[in-house]
Amino acid sequence: MTFFFEVLIGGLLSGVMYSLVALGFVLIYKASGVFNFAQGAMVYFAAITFVGVTEFDISPWIAFPISLIVMVVLGLVVEKVVLRPLVNQPQITLFMVTIGLAFFIEGLAQLMWGANVRGLELGLQDVPLEWVSERWGMSISKFDLAAAGVAAILVTSLALLFNRTRIGRALRAVADDHQAALAVGIPLQQIWGIVWGVAGFVALVAGLLWGSRNGVQFALTFVALKALPVLILGGFESIPGAIVGGLIIGATEKLAEVYIGPMVGGGIEGWFPYMLALVFLLVRPEGLFGEKIIRRV
Amino acid sequence: MSTASNATATDAATRKDAVTTVATMPYLSVNNIEVIYDHVILVLKGVSLEVPEGKVVALLGANGAGKSTTLKSISNLLRAERGEVTKGTIEFKGQRVDKLTVNQLVRMGVCQVMEGRHCFQHLTVEENLLTGAFTRNVPRAEIALSLDKVYHYFPRLKQRRGSLAGYTSGGEQQMTAVGRALMAQPKMILLDEPSMGLAPQIVEEIFEIVRDLNGKEGVSFLLAEQNTMVALRYADYGFVLENGRVVMDGAAKELAGNEDVKEFYLGLSPGGRKSFRDVKHYRRRKRWLS
Ligand SMILES: Nc1ncnc2c1ncn2[C@@H]1O[C@H](COP(=O)(O)OP(=O)(O)OP(=O)(O)O)[C@@H](O)[C@H]1O
Ligand SMILES: [Mg+2]
Repeated sequence: MTFFFEVLIGGLLSGVMYSLVALGFVLIYKASGVFNFAQGAMVYFAAITFVGVTEFDISPWIAFPISLIVMVVLGLVVEKVVLRPLVNQPQITLFMVTIGLAFFIEGLAQLMWGANVRGLELGLQDVPLEWVSERWGMSISKFDLAAAGVAAILVTSLALLFNRTRIGRALRAVADDHQAALAVGIPLQQIWGIVWGVAGFVALVAGLLWGSRNGVQFALTFVALKALPVLILGGFESIPGAIVGGLIIGATEKLAEVYIGPMVGGGIEGWFPYMLALVFLLVRPEGLFGEKIIRRV
Repeated sequence: MSTASNATATDAATRKDAVTTVATMPYLSVNNIEVIYDHVILVLKGVSLEVPEGKVVALLGANGAGKSTTLKSISNLLRAERGEVTKGTIEFKGQRVDKLTVNQLVRMGVCQVMEGRHCFQHLTVEENLLTGAFTRNVPRAEIALSLDKVYHYFPRLKQRRGSLAGYTSGGEQQMTAVGRALMAQPKMILLDEPSMGLAPQIVEEIFEIVRDLNGKEGVSFLLAEQNTMVALRYADYGFVLENGRVVMDGAAKELAGNEDVKEFYLGLSPGGRKSFRDVKHYRRRKRWLS
């Protein structure tokens, strides 16, 4: 039983990392209806920028705000230069644009900082917490726990932003009905700018955590693919959905790997989340927390 | 250069016209506008109308006549629908407003309540109202006062303040939409089909509130309605649109008593529905050709 909980908790904690990436997608999708394929590229760009800056012997405490500014500016520029002229175009056009954008950002990242793999040291070691292993005989990673803590803080502040502030209310209004938001005088572009800026920030946090776990390399862009089943599970428009979806995916993929894996020869972790998502799509296409489409006559 | 002087000459002419038709200086004036959607679909073919300060003006016409398009050209929501005002001018308080953004226009005091209410479904009624105050950078206390005022005019909304707007009734959503516009402290509300899909009793209730707001808050209204008889009972003046042109205008009482209006809108004619275009003597001065 201890082992079960160890796997479960480890899975939940790593699920938080998926949630972080999914969150970036949700923010942009919710406010502008754009499925931002470039989110993974942004995560990579953020991580490599941070590492690149620290390579100039700049302390991480200064590198963080610098990367943050870079990411927010990147988000704003993308919104202004790429998406604004395409406003009112069909969703599929916008989606294609973000695919192009993904390649552009990846290229830009490598142009600026080179393509070699780097390590990212946040001072958090991926070692078991001693008091937990002493008391319960489970090994829970310090790193995972800290990552979960960071994610929790991020999500709480986003929730506060969305639900307690004037800008947040405007964000939700825009997400609900563009035209009506425009009619009450909410400048859509300003709101989209803010959303892209926030998405840049989320990408930075995700990039730092993923980068320090797996190394900062091109493969970081693929974490976006990991977020896909999370989004299907949690719903594309729901922040709580991204969190819960991430937890479910994280936990089930680890449990499946450990308990079902041996029966089918292992290697389940890679595809299990997608299968889970597919099954889920059939049962509840709008996701666990996807906004119910309110229909009234 | 010559086109500019031409335009001013036309402006002056229309303004003089306005004085003769409505007998007050126009507050909002739409001069001869032409509207094209998607660069090719010509929808308004020279519409002119005026709303005097503190009045309720009805804009009447059948489906597709161009009522909503006219309102959206004034509020500048047109551009978001790939529409464009290609000719003519729009003035509010003597100032050209056709190049302003919606945000700037709301700040000036012109607010549109769109056809079909368009409440933010996943926001509560109160949050909906608060978004209406987005353009006002004033202390919270002042916003709270406006909120109280809206609840005073729409007591029903106060009861439902915590419900998601999407789950309230059609009438409550219409009230929310009007209340939301009110939160911006508008001088002029462009109200598009408030009666759409509502029971007659609720329609009366909403029009009573419009009259109240007009009388007590001094808000001017331009309201587009298919429900001709109700609109004319509450309006001071009316314009009838057909196929993107104004075919008739007059004081509300006159229009309401007019045989052809009755015939056309209530279908009382033995020969089936007639078009105003067939009724020769009602063809308006051909301003759109100027
Ligand atoms: N976004 C658009 N693109 C192209 N054509 C449009 C658009 N919006 C409206 N139209 C066309 O313009 C004409 C006038 O439409 P409008 O909505 O202004 O009419 P309306 O008088 O408000 O009618 P209703 O009573 O049905 O609301 C219609 O023929 C309509 O098909
Ligand atoms: Mg209409």
